[in-house]
Amino acid sequence: MTRREFLKNTLRLTGALAMAGSAIEILKPDSVFSARPSDVRWVFLVDTYKCVGCGMCVRACKLENEVPYDANVTRTWVERYVLTKDGRLLADSPKGARDGFISPRIDLGMGEYREIRPEEIEKAFFVPKLCNQCENPPCVQVCPVGATYQASDGVVLVDRKWCIGCGYCIMACPYGVRFFHPVYKVAEKCNFCYHRINKGLKPACVLACPFDARRIGNIKDPDDPVTKVITKERVSVLKDEYGTKPQVYYIGLSKEVR
Amino acid sequence: MHVLRPLFVFLAFVGIVLMARFLYVPADFGIHERGYMYGWHRKSNEEEWKQVRVKYQGMEYCSGCHPDKNKALRESPHRIIQCENCHGPAIEHPSEPLKLSIDRSRELCLRCHTYLPYPTSNRSNIKGIDPERHNPGIECFMCHNPHKPGPGR
Repeated sequence: MTRREFLKNTLRLTGALAMAGSAIEILKPDSVFSARPSDVRWVFLVDTYKCVGCGMCVRACKLENEVPYDANVTRTWVERYVLTKDGRLLADSPKGARDGFISPRIDLGMGEYREIRPEEIEKAFFVPKLCNQCENPPCVQVCPVGATYQASDGVVLVDRKWCIGCGYCIMACPYGVRFFHPVYKVAEKCNFCYHRINKGLKPACVLACPFDARRIGNIKDPDDPVTKVITKERVSVLKDEYGTKPQVYYIGLSKEVR
Repeated sequence: MHVLRPLFVFLAFVGIVLMARFLYVPADFGIHERGYMYGWHRKSNEEEWKQVRVKYQGMEYCSGCHPDKNKALRESPHRIIQCENCHGPAIEHPSEPLKLSIDRSRELCLRCHTYLPYPTSNRSNIKGIDPERHNPGIECFMCHNPHKPGPGR
């Protein structure tokens, strides 16, 4: 083989392999199916300045979605963060704030409480949490049976008839939003009140919030007031470093919030 | 011939598995809009979630029959609170349930009106009390009207 032939053949082979590679790329199902985009993508906006920790959202969520009221599981919850002037961080969420925060004492768990004097407090605030309906949901990737999935509008749902209750998704969620439903014995999570948003209603937590701290919107609609806030104002998301692309946006998030 | 026997057993096994799969897996189970990684599911489950019964109806629903109550409340500082936060959820009231429960508990009021000295939260802007000092053990509505909040009557 001459040097010229060798170079020619190498070039041909590289070209042929690249072509074959691109053919595989084109036939990949997710790129084929993503060519059919939906015109709705549900997102959520939480304003932590407005939240007062009344827990009305948690109560409404449990009643709307028939999550057993007295079981210590909930689709949404509110966390309280108290930072003292000497640098201590205290956080609690008794019963997921189902009954709100009606005492200045911090619940440390196991029946222990900590009194904090008002003059000790540097900053204190409430953070509502719910499913982030991630664009790259790790809970969906780990499901071995296809029981949890993302609908075309971005909401991650659980098929109660198909779930085998293995609990992988509960482990996989970096935000800890999934739990076992004590009645159905399957994985359970917030779905932005899928039955309500598809009827043009607000989710139960959004309706119940008196302070407008919780809002829902469609990020694909440029005229949606929530979209305008997310695209034009300063918002942040939880655990950005995990690459899950969470779609619950927060105003006033502090670095202490996990 | 006896050499081929295991092969027939194997083929029969494959056939049974394929048959079981055909009978067990629903027709609409497959790859949907979000692709193989995120959209592998039973399509009809989306419809099942949409069919869940709505329980919280919102204040417009309530004001259809109780316009007087609604008007009075909307003129008060409690106008931002949904009726069903204290009286609900409505579900299909008045047909079902016939009567709605009313939460008159002190704990309900304290969700907002326990004073918490939190400088960076809206909570400290709400008029609040220390529940251990302000008439402990007495229900708030004995002195205050939640539809017309203000100093004791």
